[in-house]
Amino acid sequence: MGNNTILEARNINKYFREPVLFHVLKDINFSIKHGEFVSIMGKSGCGKSTLLYILSTMDTDYEGELFLNGELVSGKHHEELAKIRNSNIGFVFQFHYLLSEFTVLENVMLPAKKLGLKSFEEIEYDAMEKLKLLDIQEQANKLASRISGGQKQRVAIARALINDPAIIMGDEPTGNLDSHNAQNVMNIFKNLSVERNLSLLVVTHDHDFAEKTDRIIEMGDGTIISQ
Amino acid sequence: MINWKVILSISKTHLLSRIKQSSIAALGVTFGIGTFIILVSFMTGLNGLLDGLILNRTPHVHIYNEIKPSERQPLDLYDKWENSFKLVHSVKPKLTQAKIHNALPLIQELRKNPDVKGAIPQLKSQIFYISGSIELGGNLVGIDVLEEVRLFNFGDYVVKGSPEALNNYENGILIGSGVAEKMSLDIGNTVQISTVRGDLFPLKIVGIYQSGLADIDNIQSFASLKTVQKILGEPKNYFTDINVKLFDIEKAVPMARNIENQFNLTAVDIKTANAQFETGTSIRNLITYAVSITLLIVAGFGIYNILNMMIYEKMNDIAILKATGFSGKDVQYIFISQAILIGLFGGILGLVVGYSISSVIDTLPFETEALPTIKTYPVNYSVWYYVIGISFAMISTFLAGYLPSRKARKIDPVEIIRGQ
Repeated sequence: MGNNTILEARNINKYFREPVLFHVLKDINFSIKHGEFVSIMGKSGCGKSTLLYILSTMDTDYEGELFLNGELVSGKHHEELAKIRNSNIGFVFQFHYLLSEFTVLENVMLPAKKLGLKSFEEIEYDAMEKLKLLDIQEQANKLASRISGGQKQRVAIARALINDPAIIMGDEPTGNLDSHNAQNVMNIFKNLSVERNLSLLVVTHDHDFAEKTDRIIEMGDGTIISQ
Repeated sequence: MINWKVILSISKTHLLSRIKQSSIAALGVTFGIGTFIILVSFMTGLNGLLDGLILNRTPHVHIYNEIKPSERQPLDLYDKWENSFKLVHSVKPKLTQAKIHNALPLIQELRKNPDVKGAIPQLKSQIFYISGSIELGGNLVGIDVLEEVRLFNFGDYVVKGSPEALNNYENGILIGSGVAEKMSLDIGNTVQISTVRGDLFPLKIVGIYQSGLADIDNIQSFASLKTVQKILGEPKNYFTDINVKLFDIEKAVPMARNIENQFNLTAVDIKTANAQFETGTSIRNLITYAVSITLLIVAGFGIYNILNMMIYEKMNDIAILKATGFSGKDVQYIFISQAILIGLFGGILGLVVGYSISSVIDTLPFETEALPTIKTYPVNYSVWYYVIGISFAMISTFLAGYLPSRKARKIDPVEIIRGQ
């Protein structure tokens, strides 16, 4: 495994125990290189979201090994994993998942405040930069609950970018958007990948979306069919 | 490493965005703490008043010669009947002098003791107040008035005139208010008194004494030691009682024992003399604390409820926070700090409300014959009750916040995100 690899999964197995024992993920092996834009496709229930949660370090109930930036993260304590997520992984969900009582700007700033490496002014400047990058800077001081769905998703992407993470993960980031906004989000991702050389891993249903990525990992019944 | 600034700013936003709920939770605490402060200030003020009524002017140790029969009768000295059953009829008390033998050296000795705040002699005598052909029985007590003022708040009970006047007039008397009323006497008048032996003395009234206990005020008057010694025709070392005040009331019991054994006198300690007062005080305190704690528990349940509901509403927020790198502990602190903030604001407001209402109570008129020095309801402003109050508020809200916050810590973000 060279320095070039951002994320590597080795022999990942996952079981659901409720209501009956069910083998969801069977021996998953793959890796993502630095700057790669990868999509995971598959039918509903094939375990692609489950895999994403494991890769995101939020789900720790699995067998196998997960490496992030060449470092083994499997088996680490929750608190440590939270720190790793904070500094290395940016998240974009299907549903917009902003804190509705905070302003757009505050939402974007929050992960950086938690990281605590920069001063408040620097964080605020960075956040405005990210919002400008996504062309929603004029919404910065509105409450997160007062902007449209497409805007929310762009704010969520800005938030994912704030700590300059090693990788951005998306769980159906366009799944809840109309085609215009979906196209918009897709273009943003593509730009991030090309212009900023960011690594991206996106779970999606959308063939049009997947086709524009560098590599498609196709899953079926808990295994990788092709990659 | 916990970034408190971020956590507090999140809890602040949470609290302010549902200001109604937060205020109601805080008002619950305010109500509990405010009531506690009012209750405890008023109750302990009243306790202090009642204690003062008796305890402040009661000597911690009272030394005197008691009239009683001898424990060893002459018959006991005859060894021929040592092991026999003896019966003595019509036992009479032993003839002793009422005065305390060697009183002055004894007082010197007591004053040297580091536990003793003061030891002062008194001279009690039976007299009659003469008004025309009417004779009223009474007591005249000779006192060292300045020391009585210093040690036993004597000045509080002189309602007219001043206690110091006793020292200024050769034949002055502080007359009991009951006596004065019966005989239509006032300051500046002269009252005739007669000793048991029948000697008549005119005394000038320099003040009126009112203890609040009618039985005492109807008979008791005070004069200087010198005056009473002169009236009785006794020398300057003639005293019937010694009153001792200690720095620490708890030492009264062993001290009384020691004096009895050492000097062959009767010494009564304050605990034996006034046992019922302590009981009353501790029961009133118990009631105060029980009521306050009940109120705080009710307020605590209110906070518990509101936080619990809030955590259900905030499931999504919790999942996002966790997904973006906040740890379970951070999330727990966010909710605990909300509970503590509610407790802090509610508690401080409670202290303010408690203090304001206490000061209003403090100005309400409360006048009674029994308590000449009291004009308004008594309130105790001890800072300790405010410290206890705010600690109560913080502890109870912490406990109320702890359980819901633990639940928030344990929430699995994957389940929430998946559930959408």
